Amino acid sequence: MNQWKNFTKGFLKDNPILVLLLGMCPTLGTTTSGINGLSMGLATTFVLLGSNVFISLLKNFIPDKVRIPAFIVVIASFVTVVELVMKAYLPDLFNTLGLFIPLIVVNCIVLGRAEAFASKNNVFSSAIDGLGMGLGFSMALFLLGTIREILGSGSVLGFKFISGDGMLVFILAPGAFLALGYLIMLANQLKKKLVK
Amino acid sequence: MAKKESTFGNMLLALVIISLVSSTTLGFVYEFTKEPIRLVEINKTNAAIQAVVPIFDNQPATEMFKVAYEKDSLKFYPALKEGVLVGTAVESFTQKGFSGLIKLMIGFAPDGTIIDISVLQHQETPGLGDKIENSKSGFSAQFQGKNPESFKLIVKKDRGDVDAITASTISSRAYCDAVQRAYNAYMSSRKSE
Repeated sequence: MNQWKNFTKGFLKDNPILVLLLGMCPTLGTTTSGINGLSMGLATTFVLLGSNVFISLLKNFIPDKVRIPAFIVVIASFVTVVELVMKAYLPDLFNTLGLFIPLIVVNCIVLGRAEAFASKNNVFSSAIDGLGMGLGFSMALFLLGTIREILGSGSVLGFKFISGDGMLVFILAPGAFLALGYLIMLANQLKKKLVK
Repeated sequence: MAKKESTFGNMLLALVIISLVSSTTLGFVYEFTKEPIRLVEINKTNAAIQAVVPIFDNQPATEMFKVAYEKDSLKFYPALKEGVLVGTAVESFTQKGFSGLIKLMIGFAPDGTIIDISVLQHQETPGLGDKIENSKSGFSAQFQGKNPESFKLIVKKDRGDVDAITASTISSRAYCDAVQRAYNAYMSSRKSE
């Protein structure tokens, strides 16, 4: 398999958020600002990479009938490691993301990649797949977070460019759906153009 | 290596080994991060105390005592300068926030006047309710130097003296609730002395 294609598919062709629409809970919850979205994406990337590598290594050892519980244990362990390390060394980030870190466990994209890719492919392809998917996820979260931050708080990456409040609806949940909808529309347009 | 059959023995073995390995790993990581996490918590408390009381020369975090109030108890951190009480930082909380628990650190002068307030923990909506944080708006400034005896800790909408944050009346009410709780506990502890 072409590893470059394998890596880049997560960015547009099979983007977890814009095309597969998986993992909506952290997507809508954490993207109130660009930085929050990006950090959530990177934390998920780490978990995705780790779980993909391990599950690919263990794929022959795990009998089919118990694969789901086995995958979940591996994923949950990685998430707990991320949570503890973040709490200890990045307390400020943990304060903003803390609530959502345990939710990475139930993020469909992590289990989805384990089931659909890592359990059928070798370690190297699985690592590339995890990395590509994770970075695609981070990119989409960062874009969504930045858009909501610009419209909702009038700032970019925490720097305010207009005083006062922006359109507050974009900070709240309905704005997340609106922004996500338009982002998906743009992604579809872009995909169509690239295919032609 | 061929794929293992889904026999009872294989399934049991696979799950037991995976669970064992991951729990051991987590145990190590937990031990490894325990100390840094504890330090982070202490630093956070110390920074919050320093922010709300005048300069002190004792160790309020180690001289903490608890004061029972209603069904709960609040943490009191006395700040002393050359042996004289200059202020008390009270860790208070409220359940009335827009999304869950809000924890505040409130500094009281010996007569019950509020010196300053800082937010320890909250999950209010970013961009709206999170303006209770000192870094996000000047909401807490209106409490400075006010004595709750004459300053009604209720938002203006409910005929009090507190200017609520625009579009965040619930968060503002909750904030007042936490401050009131701290004040009541503080005054009852002063009386019993």
